[in-house]
Amino acid sequence: MDTPLETPFAITLHTGTSLDNKTGSWRTERPIYVDRMPPCNQACPAGENIQQWLYHAEEGKYEQAWRQLMQDNPLPAVMGRICYHPCETECNRGQLDDSVGINSVERFLGDQAIKHGWGIPVTTSASGKRVLVVGSGPSGLSAAYHLACLGHSVTIREAGSMAGGMMRFGIPQYRLPRHVLDAEIHRIVDMGVKLELNTKVSEIPQTMKADGFDAVFLAVGAQIGKRAFIPAGDSANILDAVALLHSMEGEEPPQLGRRVAVYGGGNTAMDAARTARRLGATEAVVVYRRTRERMPAHDVEVEEALEEGVKMKWLSTITEASGDKLRIEKMELDATGFPQPTGEFEELAADSLILALGQDVDFSLLEGIDDLVIENGSVRVGPNMMASGTGVFAGGDMAPGERTATVAVGHGKKAAKCIDAWLRGVEVEAAPKHDVADFSMLNTWYYCDAPKTVRPQLDMVRRQSTFDEVVGGLDESNALFEARRCMSCGNCFECDNCYGVCPDNAVIKLGPGKRFAFDYDYCKGCGICAQECPAAAIMMVPETI
Amino acid sequence: MSVQTIKFYQTGSFVVGNRLLEPGQRSVQSDPERSNALTSGHRACQGCGEALGARYAIDAAMRATAGNMIAVNATGCLEVFSTMSPETSWQIPWVHSLFGNAASVATGVAAALKAKGRTDIRVVAQGGDGGTVDIGFGCLSGMFERDDDVLYICYDNQGYMNTGVQRSSATPPAARTATTDVVGPEPGNVFGQGKSGPLIAMAHGIKYVATATVADLRDLEYKVERAMSFRGARYIHILVPCPLGWGSASRDTIQMARLAKETGIFPVFEAEGGQVVNVAKIRSKVPVEAYLSKQRRYAHLFGRSPRPDVVAHLQEMADDNIRKFGLVDNVAEEAY
Ligand SMILES: Cc1cc2nc3c(=O)[nH]c(=O)nc-3n(C[C@H](O)[C@H](O)[C@H](O)COP(=O)(O)OP(=O)(O)OC[C@H]3O[C@@H](n4cnc5c(N)ncnc54)[C@H](O)[C@@H]3O)c2cc1C
Ligand SMILES: Cc1ncc(C[n+]2csc(CCOP(=O)(O)OP(=O)(O)O)c2C)c(N)n1
Ligand code: SF4
Ligand code: SF4
Ligand code: SF4
Ligand code: SF4
Ligand SMILES: [Mg+2]
Repeated sequence: MDTPLETPFAITLHTGTSLDNKTGSWRTERPIYVDRMPPCNQACPAGENIQQWLYHAEEGKYEQAWRQLMQDNPLPAVMGRICYHPCETECNRGQLDDSVGINSVERFLGDQAIKHGWGIPVTTSASGKRVLVVGSGPSGLSAAYHLACLGHSVTIREAGSMAGGMMRFGIPQYRLPRHVLDAEIHRIVDMGVKLELNTKVSEIPQTMKADGFDAVFLAVGAQIGKRAFIPAGDSANILDAVALLHSMEGEEPPQLGRRVAVYGGGNTAMDAARTARRLGATEAVVVYRRTRERMPAHDVEVEEALEEGVKMKWLSTITEASGDKLRIEKMELDATGFPQPTGEFEELAADSLILALGQDVDFSLLEGIDDLVIENGSVRVGPNMMASGTGVFAGGDMAPGERTATVAVGHGKKAAKCIDAWLRGVEVEAAPKHDVADFSMLNTWYYCDAPKTVRPQLDMVRRQSTFDEVVGGLDESNALFEARRCMSCGNCFECDNCYGVCPDNAVIKLGPGKRFAFDYDYCKGCGICAQECPAAAIMMVPETI
Repeated sequence: MSVQTIKFYQTGSFVVGNRLLEPGQRSVQSDPERSNALTSGHRACQGCGEALGARYAIDAAMRATAGNMIAVNATGCLEVFSTMSPETSWQIPWVHSLFGNAASVATGVAAALKAKGRTDIRVVAQGGDGGTVDIGFGCLSGMFERDDDVLYICYDNQGYMNTGVQRSSATPPAARTATTDVVGPEPGNVFGQGKSGPLIAMAHGIKYVATATVADLRDLEYKVERAMSFRGARYIHILVPCPLGWGSASRDTIQMARLAKETGIFPVFEAEGGQVVNVAKIRSKVPVEAYLSKQRRYAHLFGRSPRPDVVAHLQEMADDNIRKFGLVDNVAEEAY
């Protein structure tokens, strides 16, 4: 640019000489750049850095976004389909218009990775340590993946004939197509994780010793369907939801009949009822002893089941079953919200009854580990996921916590980090705690109004009769749009506002990806930059004089 | 109302930069190579809206003229805080003469350049509201009437701030200044006086008149660029909140300007040849109280002996602007 700056015209003072006047001395407060915890990240049970991977996705850098996501969760394509996305519940954007469709973008990234065959190279040098993972559900897979990344030699032993745990033998195909699951498991195996199928582990201490494992991570899940005592005639056709769903993987599905009743109010009950519909039941009724509000099943699942014609019978318990009908007692909630019998009965025609009353853990493989404690149906673990001082760690459904695949993945990651530390004889370094970037801290003026992109759903007729996937994915432009709805809560997204709004020209732009710095020689501490930062990534702190 | 329509890029065109835009689509202020015509080390108060507005406007003019411009400055905060001899914060050719004659000096500079055959060098004059709509008004009106090739920019902070916050004819009704004390039945500046610089400029029929605020950078930059695309007399009137004179928090400078626009108190528009051609619509309407209550110059309207009647009067004036300029698309529906 041909500027006259170098050749002053009609002036007697030298340009920019006020730089000698260090106005920074006026300041009583100084702005500092901070990284706050976005509420989505805080809510993710797998500890994903959602804000950061959305940041890359916003730029259309999907592979980079995926790699960021993979630092915490090795199953994005699976998670993008089955996670109950507590992140979206907490998302700040929900208070502005609609929460960011984090889960749909996650799925998009996961699918891109499968489509393009992206993989994760192991770059850490081999530790020489061997770790056994028992069970190939989400928790075992996650632990194996993270342990492999940390340089350990990992073997997964799985009792079943295929890997995936409840992701394969519980969650139906219409929610999680198996080729997606296969692809993500494959990627973990390709990293050098040894997967031994049809290998039930029973005696931990002996196995560790005999096969030379330095540590073990137990993730056997909760496989035993809970039973309820229901007096039943010989002709009654009663089966277990877990067994029914399990049989969908290549076995001969059981004969359910035309009218099917499902007993229970959790997600498994929804999946069993929806599966029954697909197997040809004209009537699928969920019988639950409390009300809809108190159902443990997630709202989306209940909604989707209702859409597919599943019926619900609230405040009802089954007291007796025979060949073609059930005797039902009506309940009412007492003051504490607990269901109480009313003594009123009715009949419900049903050719079969599916029990979906939750699952118990099979603890038999834990015998012989002395210092291990079982309480409230789970294995007690320490803050480092350790169940026994002999190097036994545990996580997923068998450990305390919410029983979801995402929690299981989070346990796997945490256990891997702690196993690694334990093997190296060091302490896990606690990550610095950041305050949460609350909605009230944001300057939402800057975000333009944009409603959430809704994922396409398979039309109803096909949904009721086939096991095709119900919820579709976003396409590239939708995914980009959705990612760009993120407000980057608590973290700089390089909007240049602070650089622009400073009346004292005291913000230095460091270049793309490098963010900004304050020039404290001139910053007067007015606070405009902090006030106008859309993302609450600047904080004013008192000067110490 | 900026010419650019930026599709959904997270923050649209509201923020200064936005890394998701092509560099060519970004604002002047987001550019690491911007002129910084008014650089650091100046003595403006913390959070001064005038210092900010001046850098926004002059950097934009620098880009529009590829650096070939001269600025003339009236006396006032902008001159005093930027140029305490022997230092200056200006990084452009810049002339200061008197409080009331900036328009005439600019006319002279433009005439001199024309005489030298250097009409490629453009002239910008600038001053505060006092220097513009009060003492400098005769010179300015002459400059308009002769259609001299000057862009005149008024930084309106609604008072004589440099000399200790006295009333100007741009001070709004009810506001406290050192010369409009909060005594008597009508505390603060009286209703029914004062004048609108931009409307009088339009009455001269000059090519381009616009208003802007420091709260909408892209709009401001667009208007400066648009103004530089004309030859002849042009006028831009920029609202620049003054933390000292308004008694607002220094961090709230941009927020104050935003509220002035969103309440309808300060209409943001663009006029060509005496006709309004564009208005910046209100994005989310707010009652005037939200704006007034954050400024100590209106403190006497709230607190222990509040004056809801005066607030209602100011609200009426804002609503009148909204109707007159069409600031919301359906005025009837916006009643609250
Ligand atoms: C029908 C259904 C639907 C669900 N839907 C969802 C959903 O949509 N979203 C969600 O987040 N969660 C869902 N869940 C819950 C989720 O599937 C579980 O929380 C999760 O799979 C638990 O992971 P895990 O790794 O602890 O155990 P599991 O997934 O149960 O895996 C344990 C594995 O260990 C193997 N194993 C057991 N004992 C041994 C042994 N002795 N030796 C070797 N291997 C052994 C098992 O064969 C199994 O493969 C659902 C659960 C069910 C039943
Ligand atoms: C003829 C004359 N009268 C008075 C002054 C003193 N004076 C200097 S600046 C100023 C007020 C400036 O007000 P404004 O133009 O609104 O600028 P601001 O300081 O508010 O930015 C006054 C009264 C002067 N310099 N010259
Ligand atoms: S707006 Fe973005 S960063 Fe903020 S909570 Fe939602 S997803 Fe997370
Ligand atoms: S204002 Fe924008 S660029 Fe500055 S810290 Fe905040 S997000 Fe980053
Ligand atoms: S806007 Fe500038 S002067 Fe004000 S606090 Fe921020 S860096 Fe400092
Ligand atoms: S008095 Fe007002 S206009 Fe003058 S320097 Fe201070 S803040 Fe800026
Ligand atoms: Mg003034």
